[in-house]
Amino acid sequence: MRLTPFETLGIILAVAAGTQITRWLPFWLFPENKQPPAWVTDLGKVLPAATMGLLVVYCLKDVAWSAAPHGAPELLAILAVTALHRWKGNVLLSIAGGTALYMVLVQCVFV
Amino acid sequence: MVYQRSWRMAFQAAFPATIPVLTGYLCLGMAYGLLMAANGYGPLWSVLMSAIGFGGSMQYAAVSILVTAFGPLQAFLLTLMVNARHMFYGLSMLERYKGLGWARFPLIYTLSDKTFSLVSTVDPPEGVGRREFFLCISLLDYSYWVGATALGGLLGSFIMFDTTGLDFALTALFVVLFLEQWKGKERRPAGAAGVACAVVSLVVFGPDNLVIPAMVMILAVLLGGRKLLCA
Repeated sequence: MRLTPFETLGIILAVAAGTQITRWLPFWLFPENKQPPAWVTDLGKVLPAATMGLLVVYCLKDVAWSAAPHGAPELLAILAVTALHRWKGNVLLSIAGGTALYMVLVQCVFV
Repeated sequence: MVYQRSWRMAFQAAFPATIPVLTGYLCLGMAYGLLMAANGYGPLWSVLMSAIGFGGSMQYAAVSILVTAFGPLQAFLLTLMVNARHMFYGLSMLERYKGLGWARFPLIYTLSDKTFSLVSTVDPPEGVGRREFFLCISLLDYSYWVGATALGGLLGSFIMFDTTGLDFALTALFVVLFLEQWKGKERRPAGAAGVACAVVSLVVFGPDNLVIPAMVMILAVLLGGRKLLCA
């Protein structure tokens, strides 16, 4: 433990404050009794899809595409998730199957 | 009686939806407890951070701050940047969280990536109120994260099997939720725009600075194409 307990608590509160500001800001800007402008409600409808796309890429941001195995474990596992989900449509099965395959790939195949 | 029953129904509907989050948070939360313990911060501190901060990936980033000199302002600013994506979540949830009264406080306080991905996509089944359903999802996810952190801090060092790659559960969950969004034809252009903007941002700005430029591009594309996308 590098910091004192009080300093540690200070960091925890700073992280909490930063996080909470980003979570509350939209609700402060557009309170319930005020109809948000049309562009905001339109954005709310399409943002989730765009954000999921961003988060998928975000999860893959540290993959080294130019060095072996060129992101093969990630791509294969994502293909497996997609195929499983298309086939059975079971969220849990898709995630467990893809993750299990990925673990085998990074622990046994592409070591 | 009716009140109690509606909570039970909400819990029964919410719990299965949160199972993927349970597995994901169990791995990442335990890993976080372990990481903190390895840096000399025992379960008390890691649990406090998880319970008050509740910031997922940001808590990992904050470990690097906890092991250098005391820098609360740096921690605050870094958090604002890393978590700026949460503003997207709030914007998307304005309608769905409307009229929920006191419940808005815990709902917004715990609106993490995972919780957002569920509450923005899953609807309460018939006969279950929005408030009860969304609260069950949010509080379950929250308790998974805090509980897993405690578990990691306390018992993590006894785990013997090789957990390398277990964190892929997170990626897999986002892929599945992306596919769920993809089912709606009208949402496909937005989904594709999200991936494209993030890839461009990754190539241009690198993995450590990807989020904010990607968000700016996504906003520009979605607002620019609003007439086409939302027609």
